[in-house]
Amino acid sequence: MGLIETEDLSVLYGDVPAIKRVNIEIEANKITAVIGPSGCGKTTFLRALNRMNELNGARTDGKVLIDGENIYNGNTDVNMLRRRVGMVFQQPNPFPMSIFDNVAYGPRIHGIRNNKLKRIVEESLRKAALWEEVHDRLDSSALMLSGGQQQRLCIARALAVNPEIILFDEPCSALDPISTARIEALLRELKKDYTIVIVTHNMQQAARVSDYTAFFLMGELIEFDETTRIFERPKDKRTEDYITGRFG
Amino acid sequence: MKKQQQQSATTRFRSFKTRIARGSTKELLIEKALFVSGISSILIVFFIVAFLVKESLPALALGRVFLLGMRWSPGHNQFGILPTIISTFVVGLGALAIAAAVGIPTAVYLAEFAPPWLRNVIKPCVDLLVGIPSVILGFFGLMVFVPFIRDHFGGCGESILAGWLILSIMTLPHVISISEDAIRGVPTAYREASLALGATDLVTIRLLILPNARSGILASLILGMGNAIGETMAVLMVIGNPHIPWIPHSVLEPVRVLTSTIVLEYSYMVWGSMHQHALFAIGVVLFVIVAVLNIATTAVLRERTTTVIKGAVRG
Repeated sequence: MGLIETEDLSVLYGDVPAIKRVNIEIEANKITAVIGPSGCGKTTFLRALNRMNELNGARTDGKVLIDGENIYNGNTDVNMLRRRVGMVFQQPNPFPMSIFDNVAYGPRIHGIRNNKLKRIVEESLRKAALWEEVHDRLDSSALMLSGGQQQRLCIARALAVNPEIILFDEPCSALDPISTARIEALLRELKKDYTIVIVTHNMQQAARVSDYTAFFLMGELIEFDETTRIFERPKDKRTEDYITGRFG
Repeated sequence: MKKQQQQSATTRFRSFKTRIARGSTKELLIEKALFVSGISSILIVFFIVAFLVKESLPALALGRVFLLGMRWSPGHNQFGILPTIISTFVVGLGALAIAAAVGIPTAVYLAEFAPPWLRNVIKPCVDLLVGIPSVILGFFGLMVFVPFIRDHFGGCGESILAGWLILSIMTLPHVISISEDAIRGVPTAYREASLALGATDLVTIRLLILPNARSGILASLILGMGNAIGETMAVLMVIGNPHIPWIPHSVLEPVRVLTSTIVLEYSYMVWGSMHQHALFAIGVVLFVIVAVLNIATTAVLRERTTTVIKGAVRG
């Protein structure tokens, strides 16, 4: 599972709304891309889905339902939520530890040890298409890896806690084209098992990898549809202007 | 018209050049003056060390009898400082342990949990603690801690325990502020990644933030140790200073530390005597201990920077 719905979701920084009354229904086991110009609220939207906005002191109104349950209803265990809804960030941010310890970090805090831990680390690295490159040096520092490898390590780290949904916040913006292509191939592979929401600055990337695309502008969800429709027959003039490069 | 323009351009150019030329003499002078003030600190350190060493040589020449000697009794020409050295470390380490036990949690709280308004109250108080003259702290210790210890734990009150309490108060602000900086220095990206994996705040602090801040915290402790060992007035007032120092067996016993020995005895030492040389030698020992601790602080901090750059930190 991993169905996400929002009802009148708004996030405010002080009095300034970053996203306004967003209603969206994100399908499980699909890749949904969130596009829009800088400052349109797409990252804020993403971070609302695992309550990361709370760390910056933002206020959230409305509902986010994951498999029908509102995660803002007051009795949600936020740590359990974040376990279910993993996240990969814009800058690769491996911990300054060994490759093994990076992937093992999540399972360890949830009490997994020894052989089971080793198995999970290997599985996660395989799923993140990194195992072949690092299996003989799991003890070396994660910071020695290249940027693209570090990002795949971060994906493996997110996979290791066995989430249902993975949020990607512009995961390729700091990477070169080859690493980007590898991550995109990986995303297509991962959607079999996970629901994926990816914020991207790059419209071609959205067109290449996603099944659905949501277009945000000034904090509002302007249009949400199948990616092919958004890129071929957008209904809204503003969507068309954006994807044809007239602004943004 | 055109010629005129050219000419004015040349004049401007020339005047510009002469200004540079004039300026360069002045700049040279200023540069030299800055150089002199720059090396003055080297000279000051050099002359102090040279003087200390010169005056203490006869005592240092006693070697083991001085450093490892058990008995200090100037009247009988006995100058062993081992009990004093041990007492100094006992007092310093104990104070440091208390300061660490209170200071590191405070730093974690300030950096991670305190709401801004509370932090704005606690931080200035901590900074104010640095500004309290040590004689006032000593007086406070003598009037409050010493009677309290005497009444509730026994002994004469003037004791190692009183020294620990006073010194930990003096060390605390350094431990708090340097540790807090180190904790704040851990990148937000690590924190977010950890929380996004479902880790609680406490787990994140324990597994990620404290290990990454450990060199800063360690540096704050070593620096605090240096301060505690070099501190004189407050300690002198509360630790009792028995006439003949011994190795303490209980924290309620009075002791003598290196600094207090110098202060108490310089007034009646005879110039040129072995007593005088021995007091200077105590100064050298103190200087070496504090210098080593300061160098260790710098080394610990530098090691953190290089390991982060090399990316060789192991978790």
